[in-house]
Amino acid sequence: MDKAIFMDNAATTRTDPEVLSAMIPYYQESFGSPATLYALGSEAKQAIELARQRTADLIGADQKEIFFTSGATESNNWAIRGVAEAREDKGRHIISNQAEHHSILMPLKHLQKRGWEVTLLPVDADGLVDPAAVKAAIRDDTVLISIVHANHEIGTIQPVEEIAGIAREKQVTFHVNGAQTAGHVPVDVARLGCDLFSLSAHKFYGPKGAGALWVRRGVRITPLLMGGAQEKKRRAGTHNVPGIVGLGKAAELARGNLENESRRLTDIRDYIIGRIESSMEDIRLNGHRSRRLPNNVNFSIEGIEGESIMLSLSYPTAKGARPVYISTGSACVSGTLEPSHILLALGLPAELAHGSVRISLSKESTREDAEYAVKALAEVCERLRAMSPIYKRGAKQCASGSDGRDCEAAS
Amino acid sequence: MYTEKVMDHFQNPRNMGEVDHPDGVGEVGNPQCGDVMRITIKVDDEDRIEDIKFKTLGCGAAIATSSMVTEMAKGKTLEEALKISKKAVADALGGLPPQKMHCSNLASDGLKRAIEDYHSRNENR
Repeated sequence: MDKAIFMDNAATTRTDPEVLSAMIPYYQESFGSPATLYALGSEAKQAIELARQRTADLIGADQKEIFFTSGATESNNWAIRGVAEAREDKGRHIISNQAEHHSILMPLKHLQKRGWEVTLLPVDADGLVDPAAVKAAIRDDTVLISIVHANHEIGTIQPVEEIAGIAREKQVTFHVNGAQTAGHVPVDVARLGCDLFSLSAHKFYGPKGAGALWVRRGVRITPLLMGGAQEKKRRAGTHNVPGIVGLGKAAELARGNLENESRRLTDIRDYIIGRIESSMEDIRLNGHRSRRLPNNVNFSIEGIEGESIMLSLSYPTAKGARPVYISTGSACVSGTLEPSHILLALGLPAELAHGSVRISLSKESTREDAEYAVKALAEVCERLRAMSPIYKRGAKQCASGSDGRDCEAAS
Repeated sequence: MYTEKVMDHFQNPRNMGEVDHPDGVGEVGNPQCGDVMRITIKVDDEDRIEDIKFKTLGCGAAIATSSMVTEMAKGKTLEEALKISKKAVADALGGLPPQKMHCSNLASDGLKRAIEDYHSRNENR
């Protein structure tokens, strides 16, 4: 059997072999804790400081402002709860938006239950937050704005520079979750103008369980994890030295080839979007067409459900067929009965959210694989649509010429 | 996550399609919930399900349970077919993940609806 095509890289990526080799010595040879004074400890200390510099370089930051965490979920939780607590004396109002990742929405919900007020702004049909709406939502007691740099599901890149300008003018702390952009598109925190920036190593070929929060000097934030004096007393716990080393190596590798790779993936992405649009009927591109991550494709496919598409692609029946791994916004994989809140935030009806597929590329993705994946997707959808009791029925019932969607809603 | 049997029915569904001139039609589910099942049956003079077909929009479990229900119901009398429970369908598939027991295991309801439809058509005749 030919090798599988992994196109679920927005979820996680394969660790780069160079990253893994860089990490291995820190498990058994230089296994010391960077906090200790003997030689083993100082080897580890040097290694994490090099990683700090590399991580800082990836996002144009000062290395003194990089704090290592266990990944973007921790960084996001920390940014929200830490800034909310530190600035409580000024006010208890936070602004974010409806299409954020759960690692933002859940801590916000947590704070809401404890008396903070949270404004979740809507997004437009492409998933964009309107900077004017952010400005209008700012109140005297607003202490924090958190907006994702690029959405993990639909790939839409937010106008964070503009929002940063507004936040600065109103002296509101501005956090950006960059889990999907760091290592994939050029990021310069000075140019973005935000105050905090989250990133995660495993999204750009680094190990799982390692990430960072960049905190601009002077930004007030209380620690999330308390204990030892690691990370300038801001993030306690013995350093995940191999993970941090892996993060640093992944950051160095990504930075070395960022613009070329970003262009290469954009080409493949647009090829996939073009092929799907020209070869399949009754589909809808989700997310902004141009303000979009280079590695993200997301479509809703009418009349069928996403898990069945994902399952069919990952377990192909034809002899010699290659499995294709993608993801879906269907409720069936969310663990709840609700489809993706992000697709619903775009204004999509639930049935189109259930029938969504996300294809996310990596540096391993080739045009040939993309061609194979699109062909496999079209075949699977054709087969599932033939099984669907509702596909095309709406249109048939309204043969008189009225809009198919209205008809479906009315029936 | 799914048993081999579920995958088999998902990948090689039995009795997929629509019976020509059905004697009963049952449709359950809602596209907004991601699951719709349509069962069509042909009933012979002795109240036996002579032919049964399904069409399903839904996840792997939804398609597999639909396929399994048609296999279990074919050749049974209407009375016997009404006794096919969700649990029986799930058991015949070697089990379903717990979260799929309710949302994606509607096929036996679809079958019941088709049988009811058959009865109401005959009453009206």
